Amino acid sequence: MDWNKWLCQKKHAAGVLVFLTAVCMMAWGVYRGEVSTVFGKAVNICLECIGLG
Amino acid sequence: MERQSISAWNVLDWGKRVNIRQEVKRKIIQIAAFGFSNSYIYNFAGGQIYKGKWKEFCNPGMNCYSCPAARLACPIGAMQAVGGSMDFNLSFYAAGFVLAAGVLFGRAICGFICPFGLIQELLYKIPFPKKKLWKGFSYIKYILLVLFVLLLPVIHTNELGMGDPAFCEYICPVGTLEGGLPLLSAHPELRQAIGALFSVKACIMAVTLIGCIMVCRFFCKVMCPLGAVYGLLNKISIYHMEINKEKCISCGKCHNECPMDVDPVKNPDSAECIRCGKCTVCCPKEALALKFRSLKR
Repeated sequence: MDWNKWLCQKKHAAGVLVFLTAVCMMAWGVYRGEVSTVFGKAVNICLECIGLG
Repeated sequence: MERQSISAWNVLDWGKRVNIRQEVKRKIIQIAAFGFSNSYIYNFAGGQIYKGKWKEFCNPGMNCYSCPAARLACPIGAMQAVGGSMDFNLSFYAAGFVLAAGVLFGRAICGFICPFGLIQELLYKIPFPKKKLWKGFSYIKYILLVLFVLLLPVIHTNELGMGDPAFCEYICPVGTLEGGLPLLSAHPELRQAIGALFSVKACIMAVTLIGCIMVCRFFCKVMCPLGAVYGLLNKISIYHMEINKEKCISCGKCHNECPMDVDPVKNPDSAECIRCGKCTVCCPKEALALKFRSLKR
């Protein structure tokens, strides 16, 4: 097996692994109620964001 | 001889046409993504922000959720909001979303979907002396990511255990531009609360905007914490760049054409590459290609 192909496979495997981890993280975040925190912040004017602290 | 010159001209003409098409395609996607992310334009008139269910979802690009037109939540703001809340120290939801988007597309999100990326590209079209940026500046965004997005909201907390969204509060020029200016112009009562912090943020915004006029995608190169995450994921992202070294003649056209000052031949998975595809189009030997990674090779 040549080096490039081996490296490509490793990167692909790492990508798939990170993607699965990311999906699990999202699911865990949704399960423990983070979405309501995000929603609560996003639907009110964020004074920090607009520079009023 | 006549036949040869006509043939060469046709190839050149075809290349130009493909070049235009590629860039137009990218612009159409950018405008569509911008329109989808900021579809509540009528909110500018009343100085309101959209409060519907879409705000539960994160935008893959930089777009302030306090922008009156914004449909989605800012992922950087969401990370800090959850990390700085009383109940949680880390946002698995927003971080997971950024990781998933980044590992699928890498910085192609910056090149195709990010609303502030489109704004920067339009600013760069303003006639003004153009400059190249010293490469060392590109490391600032990693410091901003670690310090202001990940650490400060969790470490610097009040007596209730709540931390401020430090990047949004002290740095983010996107929030000042998209959220601050429209809301402050619509609400006189908010204008009365303007203080030193707003002055600092307004200066950062002014420097950023001037930077974007002089340097292509100045904010992406220097300041964007989201671009920092996507850049790191460029190394393993499924959508990536491939180079055929047997075809490459090392002419350097790709490096000269690159708006992010990347040499794709030396480093096709560079953290700075936004996958805009300009290098793939200008390559005379078609040695560069953007495609999804496959094991079947």
